[in-house]
Amino acid sequence: MSTAIDEMTCREFVELVTDLIEGELAEAKRVEVEAHLGECDGCATYLEQIQQTIAGLRRLADADDLPRTREQALAAFRELKRTN
Amino acid sequence: MTDTAIRDDAELIAAIRRGDEAAFAGLVDELTAPLTRLALAHVPSRAVADEVVQDTWVGVIRGIDRFEGRSSLRTWIFQILLNNARSRGQREKRTLPFSSLRRHDPEGRNEPAVDADRFQGRRGEYPGHWARPPVEWDSPVERLAGDAAREVMLTAIANLPERQREVLTLRDIQGYSAEEARNALELSETNQRVLLHRARSKVRAALERHFDSEAGR
Ligand SMILES: [Zn+2]
Repeated sequence: MSTAIDEMTCREFVELVTDLIEGELAEAKRVEVEAHLGECDGCATYLEQIQQTIAGLRRLADADDLPRTREQALAAFRELKRTN
Repeated sequence: MTDTAIRDDAELIAAIRRGDEAAFAGLVDELTAPLTRLALAHVPSRAVADEVVQDTWVGVIRGIDRFEGRSSLRTWIFQILLNNARSRGQREKRTLPFSSLRRHDPEGRNEPAVDADRFQGRRGEYPGHWARPPVEWDSPVERLAGDAAREVMLTAIANLPERQREVLTLRDIQGYSAEEARNALELSETNQRVLLHRARSKVRAALERHFDSEAGR
């Protein structure tokens, strides 16, 4: 943790995490964010937890058996296109 | 999307109009999963979500001859789905767990990612730095795959403002790119990212509360 007044705070860091992950930070900002990350364990843990959260959300998709409605949609297509 | 799927909108629209079932089936195979997940962001059950998706396909088949191509074909289909799902969700709202938590700010844009009291105040030794930093989660991969964490995530998602829920569903559950999600939901680049940021922050916070309480913190 640094004491320099003009350095990024943790409070600012957590608001930039999505921009960082999405690769949408301007170069100068990215350097600042990475410098903060290098010396702040709390923010490193925070970023890691956001990434774990994303991985956890992705697994929600594995748990459901999609899709079930394919045949119904195709049946509607046949029916409606024939009567057109 | 499969290799054989037709990528060009005009070609695909023409094929569907003339009754080319394979072309339509390609679209159904590509979009049914994301459409169903997005429907589930608004309605209380899988059965209702399936109905909303089916109604959407019927709307597409009926409307394709009049579709003027002002948006992309996929954007148009997602908008049909969203209209169906939102109005169906409104009707069934009383049965939804998150109905009591509806806010005045449906996009939920003015919220911090982390509660302000987690940081040191102006009189702290390091103002704006962590007062209570997050604590690393034990065995996160195994536990995030478990039923308890799954319930925590689903509840957190259900409690999100509508637009945040839609973006999170397409980006993080379905695995859509930012561009695909923006097109499906008709959002600007910035708006998409802000909504995603708020949504992810809240799901993380819910998981943190869950893991911390299991650890007796
Ligand atoms: Zn920090």
